[in-house]
Amino acid sequence: MANPQDALFKSLADPTRRAIFEHLCRDGEQTVAALTAAAGVSQPAVSKHLGVLRRAGLVTDRHEGRQTHYSAQIKALAPLADWTSAMTGFWESRFDDLDDLLKRMDQ
Amino acid sequence: MTDTSTETLSVVVEREFPHAPEKIWRALTQPHLIEEWLMKTDFAPVVGHRFDMRAEWGAVGCEVLEIEPQRALAYSWVAHGLDSVVTWTLTPTTGGTRLRMEQTGFRRDQRQAYGGAKAGWPRFLDKLEDVLAGLD
Repeated sequence: MANPQDALFKSLADPTRRAIFEHLCRDGEQTVAALTAAAGVSQPAVSKHLGVLRRAGLVTDRHEGRQTHYSAQIKALAPLADWTSAMTGFWESRFDDLDDLLKRMDQ
Repeated sequence: MTDTSTETLSVVVEREFPHAPEKIWRALTQPHLIEEWLMKTDFAPVVGHRFDMRAEWGAVGCEVLEIEPQRALAYSWVAHGLDSVVTWTLTPTTGGTRLRMEQTGFRRDQRQAYGGAKAGWPRFLDKLEDVLAGLD
C-alpha cells in the first residue's frame, strides 16, 4: 500500500489540478488570485487543489504580506518519469528478445 | 483540460526490424514463438479468445480484441489491478517492418501504478540479470 508514487498519481489525476500545475510549470511562480483567474473555478476550490499538490510535493508556497505565491517543483515528477521508463523498459526488453527470435527464425 | 483521453498513461515502444511483416506476425501470434520472447501463453488468433500470459511471478489475463493479419493486433492485458490494452501495429518499410507496441490504460491511481510496476519490474530485472550473466 505504501507506494511513494500514489500521492503523485492521485494529485495529477484531476484535470483542473493538472492544469494548475501545468500553468505553474509554464509561467513560473503565481499568486492564488492569478491561478484562480486562469483556472475557471472558485478561489476556495483552487486553494484546495493547491493543498493537494503541496502535500504531494508538487508545489511549494511562499508567503509575502497577505499574498501566497506558489511555484512548481518539477523534480517531484521524477517518480512518474521513473515509472514510465520502467514500463517502457519491460517492452524494450521484450523487443530485444523478439529481435533474437526473428534472427533465429531465418536459420 | 477536461479531455478524457489524458486521464490514462500509455507506454509506446517502436522498433524497425529487417524482416517482412509476415514473419513478425508469426512471432506475435504463434504460442510457441510468443513464449520465446514474451511469456508462456495459450493465445489463438481469434477475436474474443481469452488467454493468459504466464510468468514465474504470476499471470496476465488477456482477450483478443482485434486482428488484422500482418497489420494490427490488439488484446486486453489485465493483471494486479491493472486494466490495460496492448495494441501492435506493423507497418512495412523499405528495409523491413516498423513494429509499434502501445499499452494504454494505466490509470493515475495507486492500484494501477502498483499493479503495473509489480508486473513490469520483475521481468525487467530478470532481463537485466540475463544481460549481466551474459557479460562474462
